[in-house]
Amino acid sequence: MSAMNTPALAVENLSYAYGKKLALDAVYFTVNPGECTILLGPNGAGKSTLFSLITRLYDSREGLIRICGFDLKKRSSQALARLGVVFQQPTLDLDLNVMQNLRYQAALHGLSPRLADDRIREELERQGMFERRHEKVRQLNGGHRRRVEIARALLHKPQVLLLDEPTVGLDVPSRKAIVDYVHRLCSDQSIAVLWATHLIDEVYESDRLIVLHKGKIRARGSVPQVLETVAADNIGAAFQILTREEK
Amino acid sequence: MRLLHYLRALKGIVARELYRFVHQRERFVSALVRPLVWLFIFAAGFRSTLGVAIIPPYETYVLYEVYITPGLLGMVQLFNGMQSSLSMVYDREMGSMKTLLVSPLPRWFLLLAKLLAGTLVSVLQAYTFLLVAWFYEIEAPPLGYATLLPALVLSGLMLGALGLLLSSFIRQLENFAGVMNFVIFPMFFLSTALYPLWNIQGSSELLYALARYNPFSQAVEMIRFALYGQFNRDACLYTLAALILFLVMAIIGYNPSKGMMQRKGGA
Repeated sequence: MSAMNTPALAVENLSYAYGKKLALDAVYFTVNPGECTILLGPNGAGKSTLFSLITRLYDSREGLIRICGFDLKKRSSQALARLGVVFQQPTLDLDLNVMQNLRYQAALHGLSPRLADDRIREELERQGMFERRHEKVRQLNGGHRRRVEIARALLHKPQVLLLDEPTVGLDVPSRKAIVDYVHRLCSDQSIAVLWATHLIDEVYESDRLIVLHKGKIRARGSVPQVLETVAADNIGAAFQILTREEK
Repeated sequence: MRLLHYLRALKGIVARELYRFVHQRERFVSALVRPLVWLFIFAAGFRSTLGVAIIPPYETYVLYEVYITPGLLGMVQLFNGMQSSLSMVYDREMGSMKTLLVSPLPRWFLLLAKLLAGTLVSVLQAYTFLLVAWFYEIEAPPLGYATLLPALVLSGLMLGALGLLLSSFIRQLENFAGVMNFVIFPMFFLSTALYPLWNIQGSSELLYALARYNPFSQAVEMIRFALYGQFNRDACLYTLAALILFLVMAIIGYNPSKGMMQRKGGA
């Protein structure tokens, strides 16, 4: 398979259970470079479990995950080196300043101090946060903390970016800024994005959709394809139809 | 190239631990005050009632304060190990542990780096305590301060690994009080930190056996001998064996497919 054809992220036949409760049931999908895929699902759909598996916080016995062609189980270092993650919970050290937080992340990815500082500058400047680099994270508001977390996820230039409900708890302008920014990353830098959310207004017309409900994929494809499948005229209606059945 | 990556990551993890330590001044103060309270108040009070016969490594009768100083160094490290464990549980609940675990390095290395960083902090605390004790005229031979270093590193690693192991079992922050009751206190009181083994043997054979095989006792004895420039081989080997055991179990505990992480997940 040539590099051009290799999906940035491939999930094949992935299942996962907590005890007897099946949280994911034979889930499969791919995300290609430059594609923004929105993983839509109500709370408890299995989104966070899926993210925990892709980030290898959990291991699945069934199914396969490949990042840029690298099997996450067998070649986890190579796979994880190509992955950037913004978790749902804030994960910055509040008592450390922005630079210290970012340098820590850069060190974990093995960047030299000089390269790390260059990348930190680049990422923070792009989000208008460079001036605030010496402030303690505790002093930043929620939207700015999120920007720092996105900058952090991009320091090692990942080919795949995962975002797990990154806009939860933010005000409307901050949310819009983040949604716009991440979409620009896809188009400008060909990063493959997998964005989990239950907020339908975060979906762009050009995005690809995966609708997850009760651990199963209910629909997938481009926005028009999904709308056509369920004969709905907007995403909100489609989402309701897809997550209503079997209730 | 790969080696450089490991070294940079280690440096980053150590730097973060030191930054956190510097920023959390209360943690530093309480780490120092705790053993000092024991030294200034407890030891002063018991000085006349608890006599210590001449036992190695001491060559003469020693004051009770002198006897418990190595035990209090162990205490500093025991509490630091548990503090690291607490912060691991906290990090896991708060999510910042995820940042560490998704980095492209083997998990055993990440845990080991975390352990080394915590040990470094505990060694700094231990020497600060010794400095204050020195002003209180508890002095060891000058060379002892140097020979103490490897002993403090080994005991710090062992107690840190115990903390790491416990953190892989503790599900929530609230359960941490239980660790205090069931791990720290029995480990500390059933050891040679406060009284020599023969003293315990006098009152109960069972307690004597427990104290003797308590890894914390062995670590304290290793520290005690090292502080006087002597090498206690048995205590050293015992501490090393405990370190390996705790560390291997902790790594298994944090393994995504075998360990406890799996069972802890929410949706």
